[in-house]
Amino acid sequence: MSKAFEPSENSDSIVSVTDRVRPIEIGMPVSAVHFLGETAVFVGDEEMLTFVTGSGEAARLPVHDGAVLCVASDGKRIVTGGDDGKVVEVKADGSVATVATDAKRRWIDNVALHPDGAVAWSAGKTAFVRSAKGEEKSRDVISTVGGLAFAPKGLRLAISHYNGVTLWFPNMTATPEVLDWAGSHLGVVFSPDNKFLVTSMHEPALHGWRLADARHMRMTGYPTRVKSVSWSADGKSLATSGADTIILWPFASKDGPMGKEPGILAPMPSRVTMVACHPKQEIIAVGYSDGTVLMVRISDGAEILVRRKVEQAIAALAWNAKGSVLAFADADGNAGLFTL
Amino acid sequence: MSETTAEKIPVTVLTGYLGAGKTTLLNRILSENHGKKYAVIVNEFGEIGIDNDLIIGADEEVFEMNNGCICCTVRGDLVRILDGLMKRKGKFDAIIVETTGLADPAPVAQTFFVDEDVQNNARLDAVVTVADAKWLSDRLKDAPEAKNQIAFADVIVLNKTDLVTPPELAEVEGRIRAINPYAKLHRTQRCQVALSDVLERGAFDLDRILELEPEFLAADEHDHDHEHCHDENCTHEHHHHDHDHHHHDHDHGHGHGMKHYHDEDMQSLSLHSDKPLDPNKFMPWLQQLVATEGQKILRSKGILAFSGDDDRYVFQGVHMMLEGDHQRAWKEGEPRQSRLVFIGRELPEQTIRDGFERCIAA
Repeated sequence: MSKAFEPSENSDSIVSVTDRVRPIEIGMPVSAVHFLGETAVFVGDEEMLTFVTGSGEAARLPVHDGAVLCVASDGKRIVTGGDDGKVVEVKADGSVATVATDAKRRWIDNVALHPDGAVAWSAGKTAFVRSAKGEEKSRDVISTVGGLAFAPKGLRLAISHYNGVTLWFPNMTATPEVLDWAGSHLGVVFSPDNKFLVTSMHEPALHGWRLADARHMRMTGYPTRVKSVSWSADGKSLATSGADTIILWPFASKDGPMGKEPGILAPMPSRVTMVACHPKQEIIAVGYSDGTVLMVRISDGAEILVRRKVEQAIAALAWNAKGSVLAFADADGNAGLFTL
Repeated sequence: MSETTAEKIPVTVLTGYLGAGKTTLLNRILSENHGKKYAVIVNEFGEIGIDNDLIIGADEEVFEMNNGCICCTVRGDLVRILDGLMKRKGKFDAIIVETTGLADPAPVAQTFFVDEDVQNNARLDAVVTVADAKWLSDRLKDAPEAKNQIAFADVIVLNKTDLVTPPELAEVEGRIRAINPYAKLHRTQRCQVALSDVLERGAFDLDRILELEPEFLAADEHDHDHEHCHDENCTHEHHHHDHDHHHHDHDHGHGHGMKHYHDEDMQSLSLHSDKPLDPNKFMPWLQQLVATEGQKILRSKGILAFSGDDDRYVFQGVHMMLEGDHQRAWKEGEPRQSRLVFIGRELPEQTIRDGFERCIAA
């Protein structure tokens, strides 16, 4: 770590690695980036993925006939949902397979991946799960699905919607458990230890439940909606966007963040739009609405500048699995790769 | 919403009771040779037969915001769809949202007030209500949704006028005006209306709040029912301004014999002052008014002259949500008058009038 992350001794100046970033022009608006092995895959707003190798070579791959509405990756595959009603799976070798086509060509609003190979997606109020063996099941919830997440253990899918989250075991006939909280729940994540579930709401707030007893956890005070969340390498903190600093909620204790102040890191005169925790070290990469990208050490808040501000907000930010490369892109498709 | 409106995608909301002709109007908009591309958001259970490349089914999912304001309802599906559509920017010029016949337009409008992403990308252009000349009078009696849609409208397309007699038409227009005297009203058969009359209206654009005069004034030559008080502090309606410039809006010249109806539960209320208002009294009063009576107030608009302020201040609101800004400097010779209108259900008229009078600068 010492070699990879060397912030300045002097807190008045910030160490910059901007000259070590390899700039890449994606040539279209970008909404996300994921790594397949060592290849960074930038997800365009429409139609295309762009594969960028470590040496900076870029190749485009068409996946949808229209907008790419959602994406998920487990490092081995990328699954996207489009406004063409298709769920598409892409592998590192560039092979593309259509997982499903909605019978009514509805928009595919959400996708989620299970480590065993299962895929989940949603169209309107219906969540679908296809197991690794290809068996497909579906479940309707009370309103349009806001987000999907597989639990870290077992085949259990969290489906967020208006006024709460449905926890569904696709292989069991029992009535799913519903966690209630008034409002519209969009993104949803499980904590890596499977003890907590957190949703990002339509209003600028997160809501959480302790899964053992459905105890509520309100996480409020954001000026804007939280659109990016990322668990720290040790799984004990949740980094979040939405404020002019990283807001880091502590989940180490059995009560989660209740009764505790969140950590505040990397304040800037700009909004945090993307957060990506390093997969192994206690470092968070953070992108802002003015295009700045920083790396921040959780222990002491030390910062390293990866990209100076431009005009467009950072829309995509991800580490490779080893944590040796950071990829970012702004909403206009001006991207970069930084090798530690 | 008024900033950088040029880059924002205009959104027209098309409402109307079942069978009034929304789909006819929608198809006219889409098929006319205007060189523009529209993305159309329709209800999945609505009428079919719309021919357009970009057509998205919506579920009209309304939810209450967790801000303690019970009338602050938002169309969550619209937030999601607009977000998705923005990925296809450049593929369309404008968006039309068709609601179901039973829908309340307020949650659609409020979505544009409360959602930051929606505000950044799109702007509400106008609420266009298609009404059935033959059946609207009946629906206003038995369907609160129909009344809401009329009250909320910026533009009313009074359709199927060929199916009614002139007295019936006068009656339905009178009933519409009793609820909403401010909307532009167009009489049509098979929704034959100039598209410029329903699209690009800028009805929610603060910069385009120019005057707040009842639309029918020019046609209404009887000028009865108005209170004629001559106290200079009077805040009642004075309908003595410049009637002539309204004439061009009334192509049929139905100038005579418009009946005046009174709607039992939905009314409009107009306030007026020739004396400047005290901003330190007015702003808290207005905010308190919409906080306490916002459920009843469907729409509000105002042009205000504040004491010690050389700029016109304009505001508009939907239920409890308000937005306002300085618009421009008062022109030389332009009367510095303040005018407010409220359209709503069972408005506490005297309370509002009294409160407003107390905001007049001493």
